[in-house]
Order: sequence, then C-alpha cells, then structure tokens
Amino acid sequence: MTNELRGKSAIVGTGHAGFGEAHGLTAYDVMAQSALAALSDAGLKLSDVDGLFCTMMEDSMPALMAAEYLGIQPRFIDGTMLGGSSFVNYLTSATMALEAGLCDVALIVYGSNQRTASGKLVTASRPPAYEAPYNPRYPISAYAMAAARHMHEYGTTREQLADVAVSARAWAQHNPEAFERGPLTREDVLGARMVGDPLTVRDCCLVTDGGGAIVLVRADRAKDFPKAPVYVLGSAAESSHRQISQMKDFTVTAARESGKRAFAAAGVSHDDIQAVELYDAFTINTILFLEDLGFCAKGEGGAFVEGGRIAPGGVLPVNTNGGGLSCVHPGMYGIFTVIEATRQIRGDAPGIQLNNIDLALAHGNGGVLSSQVTAILGSQATL
Amino acid sequence: MPDATGPDQIYDCALASKEILLPKCDDCGAYHFFPRVLCPHCHGTSISWMRASGKGRVHTTTVVRRKPERGGDYNVCMVELEEGVRMMSRVDGIAPGDVAIDMAVTAFVDDAEGTPIVLFRPAEV
Repeated sequence: MTNELRGKSAIVGTGHAGFGEAHGLTAYDVMAQSALAALSDAGLKLSDVDGLFCTMMEDSMPALMAAEYLGIQPRFIDGTMLGGSSFVNYLTSATMALEAGLCDVALIVYGSNQRTASGKLVTASRPPAYEAPYNPRYPISAYAMAAARHMHEYGTTREQLADVAVSARAWAQHNPEAFERGPLTREDVLGARMVGDPLTVRDCCLVTDGGGAIVLVRADRAKDFPKAPVYVLGSAAESSHRQISQMKDFTVTAARESGKRAFAAAGVSHDDIQAVELYDAFTINTILFLEDLGFCAKGEGGAFVEGGRIAPGGVLPVNTNGGGLSCVHPGMYGIFTVIEATRQIRGDAPGIQLNNIDLALAHGNGGVLSSQVTAILGSQATL
Repeated sequence: MPDATGPDQIYDCALASKEILLPKCDDCGAYHFFPRVLCPHCHGTSISWMRASGKGRVHTTTVVRRKPERGGDYNVCMVELEEGVRMMSRVDGIAPGDVAIDMAVTAFVDDAEGTPIVLFRPAEV
C-alpha cells in the first residue's frame, strides 16, 4: 500500500464464531456465522455486501462457495490464497476496491471446523514433489528447521521459545474467548511432548474451530456506523517462497520488507505502535517477526521475549488475545490479528484492554514463513 | 520410452540410474534446485545438467517424532550441496537426533521403497 491509500478505508465491524469446538457445523457454517456477527457489529446486512474477500482451507473455489452460501452476488471478489496471511492481505485489495468504487461494503471472512472435523490441519494443498518423499510433517517440520537454524546462528534457546508460549497464555488467561486458559509455565512447555525438535506440542499453535470476519467501507462514510472506525493506515506484503526447501535464509522472513513498507505507508515508527498482533503459528514465529518487523535486531528476538517482556505488564504488548498459541487457531489465524488490533483500538478487546490504544500492528504469515503481510491500523486520532 | 525432455523427467531418469544430476544455468553459471525450465536467478532458459559431487553439509535439521509402533522417529533436514543448492533430505546411518547443523554428508541414491530418492550419510573423514 502506498501513502495514497493511507486512511482511505476503515474497519466498521468485526465478528467471529465457532471458537474452540463448533460441533455439528461445517467450515462454511462457521464462515457464515462470522459474517453475520461482523455485519451486525457494523449495523449492516448481508444484502449490503458487494465486495467479498475470502478463502478457505477446503476447495479450489472457496470464495464462490462462500458467496453462494451467503446468498450474495458480489461485484468484486478477491480470493487470493496466500495461506493465513491472506486476510491481512485483503486489507490492501479491499481498500483499493473501495477507493476505486468497485465495491462499497467489503466483507473479509473465514471459517474452519478443522478441530471437530479432523483434529488436524485441513488443507487442499498437495505436498511439494521434492519434499514429499522425506515425509516432513506439514507444517511443523518447516518451522522446526527454522527454529533450529535460529538457535544455531544466534544462540536462541528453547527456554526463550517457551517464554513466547508462556506470554501468550498469560494474555489468554484474561480472555474469556480464548480456548486455552489454564496456567502454563516454561517448564510445562519444555517438558511437553516433543513433536518436531526443537518444538514441543506447547510450541505449536492450537488446533481449534473458528471463524472471523471484518467489514470495511470507504473512510468518508466510516463515521456513519455504530462503532468507532479503525482506519487502515498502511498495509504491505512480500513473499519469498512456497516450500520451506526454497527459503533462502531460514532466519530471515519477508516480514522485513512488508514491515518496512507498511510503516512507510502509515508514516509511523515502532515507538508509536502500542499493540502488536502477530501470527504465532509456532513460538519461533513471534521471535522472527519481532526481529524482521524491526522491534529488535536480528538475533535478539530470543532475549526480547524472555521472562515476560511481551506478556501483560511487559515492555511491548504482543498477541493480547492469547494468539494462535492459546486463543484460537482454526487452520489459518491471520484474520484474528486484524480483529484483535481493531478491538484494542476501539476499546472493546475481549481480554485485557490496553489503555488508550491509537495504533496497532497486525501481521499475517502464510504457508511456511512464505508470505508475510503487515498492516498498521489506527484510530480517528491518527488520521 | 521416449527420451526425457522436461526438467523433472531428466532428473528422475538420472535418479533411476543412481545418478544425481543438477540443473545449471549456461548464462549465469549458477545451479538451481528444484529443476525447472528457467534459471530462477537470472531467468535464462539455457540449462545444462551436471553430475552432482554428492558432497554437502547439513544446513538445518529436525527430528519428526513418531510412535515406535508406527516406525519411530526419523530425520528431516536441509542439505546444502557443494554446488550451492539446497535440498530437503534425510541423513541415514546415525540416530535422527545426532544429525547436526554443519555436519559434512555424502549423497547416495536409495530405492528401498521403489522410487529412487536422494539420501545422505555422514561423510567419511
């Protein structure tokens, strides 16, 4: 996103459904319930939606499936599938479509029933041909190898990785919407079942059901809705590979570029950001993204997250809803980074509500550290 | 069978005769992997096939934990070949947890499971 699009669109509604276990519901049911929740939040109806931004883990034409299910005939659709970052990426395309007059009400939506349907990641993706013979466990083996390399190059420790999970849980413990709210210590994480060295099951995100939705309109009419608008100040993407075997540097993600451009578009600096919502599929993600987005130097992410520094009361609020590690992770988590950032700015976060939040960052990750998308959201005061 | 023409076919045919061929760009001289019809570095389309030295180092590694009754733990790693390309593979002949970053390894073609694949074993010192 360029400076020309700064603040041109606003989020006027968010919603979610099916968190935890959505027994008896399909992925599309959860998607639709999420859409209704977000539209209700915005004081709008499904019939008002003329722009749809959607992808799902099932099917090769999920946006069409979703439109059909919802009973709408969108005049603009973006179904770009980048993995979990897709929903942060849609902030850019929705802003462009709104600004160009290609649609007036943009609905970003996602839903999944992967926990009750299968208990593991549901995906229509085929295993990459030159990786499949070695049976990597998708996607954990990819993240495990990134973590191993980070530990090797920078001395990052399993304890530091564990502290990411502990911090996420500390936020989640205050969030009634979070799936895992029990106590969690560093020792619990280290002593949990090893799944893919160096990551234990507690270094891995949850497998839950759930869906989320976001409604955007052009900024010039954003004040006509019940909730305080949250403006898209900057959003930017970069992709570096699809399969983990093609990742050039296992310790550096394309978040370095997406973050740089999102900050430039928003015209703000790191010190201005009051809440950071990152796609934490695995504990290493949080460390990599804090580094690559510039909150600390490369290699210092481990020390940055250590001992509660990103937990409630720490130096930087990160994943204030509990993240994918402890709140919700229905196959793709990206949309929830935007929803939590929006709610923090509006002042109606479900868990710990931080004081006077005007600027928050949402960062989506897709594939296996493949697609990185950063968005900076702000209140009316930041325009 | 007609001569192999596509990049995957050429690679697979060589592997079937226990030979590891790597694509190398005639224009910029860089190797790439996986095989494709263009060089991902300079986008040249003139590609030659070179026999790999088989020498490499473990770039990063993990152990996939699996219950013993389902076959037990196994290694998955990335090996950086002497030619400068990396491939996903497995180091055999040592415990999966003993595979270490920077370890020198040597490639071999294994067809124990019917389809030939490239595996590695620790290099002899």
